[in-house]
Amino acid sequence: MASENPTSVEYIKHHLQNWKVCKTDEGWVWNQCQDAGFWSINVDSVIFSFLLGAMFCFAFWRVAKNAKVENPGRWQSFVEMTFEFVDKSVKDTFHGKNPLIAPLALTIFVWIVLMNFMDLVPVDLLPWAADKINVLAFGAEPGHTYLKIVPTTDVNVTFGLSLGVFFLLLFYSIKVKGVGGFVGELTLHPFSSSNKLVQIILIPVNLLMELVGLLAKPISLGLRLFGNLYAGELLFILIAVLTSAGIGGFIGGGIAYMIWAIFHLLVIPLQAFIFMMLTIVYLSMAHEDH
Amino acid sequence: MSIDLTLLFTMIFFIGFVWFCMKFVWPPIMATIKERQDKIAEGLAASERSAKDLELAQAKAADMLRDAKSQSAEIVDSAKKRHTEIVDSAKDDARSEADKIKNGAMAEIDQEVNRAREQLRSKVATLAVAGAEKVIERNIDESANNDLFDKLVKEL
Repeated sequence: MASENPTSVEYIKHHLQNWKVCKTDEGWVWNQCQDAGFWSINVDSVIFSFLLGAMFCFAFWRVAKNAKVENPGRWQSFVEMTFEFVDKSVKDTFHGKNPLIAPLALTIFVWIVLMNFMDLVPVDLLPWAADKINVLAFGAEPGHTYLKIVPTTDVNVTFGLSLGVFFLLLFYSIKVKGVGGFVGELTLHPFSSSNKLVQIILIPVNLLMELVGLLAKPISLGLRLFGNLYAGELLFILIAVLTSAGIGGFIGGGIAYMIWAIFHLLVIPLQAFIFMMLTIVYLSMAHEDH
Repeated sequence: MSIDLTLLFTMIFFIGFVWFCMKFVWPPIMATIKERQDKIAEGLAASERSAKDLELAQAKAADMLRDAKSQSAEIVDSAKKRHTEIVDSAKDDARSEADKIKNGAMAEIDQEVNRAREQLRSKVATLAVAGAEKVIERNIDESANNDLFDKLVKEL
């Protein structure tokens, strides 16, 4: 909230602003990062993504440590359900033997679900609380605290994940097919010819097409998740703006918020599932040696 | 909305979480699930086996029951036979005993009859002698007449 009574535009802009720290000529500063470029950090994304991931690790590790063969508890049953779901998805798609794929898929799925679920926390709750804390404890000006609590609405987070997957894809492509095999896959498809001269002419065309295809994988993976969640968050914010428009707007906004939240309940696991499935598919493609 | 250092942080977290999951979370839980699956499979196999055992035992029991029935029928048959035998022999015994008793009784009756006849005979002799004495009034000659009386007695 840039002022005590922000306009709708100010309100929306404020909500789409990350809590940032960046390196400028005067050293590391908070939230003055318009020109900082690469050397800035979205502190809220980092904190929330780490906390949620750590929560996942801790909760599942507890279950793993106390896992009972007979008479599993409710929480263990739930965790096992998730495991079997992921395991089945992996086994259906990935036919090689790689102990990394299944845990990778599980981590992606649960972590993204948790991060997406932050979307269902009322949009103003944590930013408002953070603003109050900042004002009371650190003497900041009201409205100058920024907090985005859904890490997957930060393009850095989704690209962090998709690039992680992309590097694994490159790694396994080269490991399974060898450098030559991988380069061959990039240059000798989809057009090939038995004529050596024609083949040489075709190589740049193939390379261009295959490189586009290859690079499209992490970009589409990251942007899909980001776009869905960003749009969802934006709609929540817009509905929140609506609630300030008198008593009718408040009631209508409340109902709209609820409906959108219910719809979002579908989007949240769906996007996580898509991300997980595509990761498995890409890695299984990397493992296929023609 | 630009790519910045956050990306690196996220990637590091990502790698860390995946590593942790691969190391400490996935294997034990999968092992637990596998163990339970094995146990369930074992249990199912055991139940199948016991069902088969039950079937066998039932067949065996039916066999035994049939045997027992035929045996008991045999026993009943032989018992019946034995019963008729016993009854027959008892009848025979009773009949022979009755014959014996009857014969004894007949013999006794004969004896009695003979004895009575003897007595009667002797009495008749005496009576006859006395009658004759009275008829003749005087004893003529006892000895001469005794022959006559004896003859008379024998004729009775």
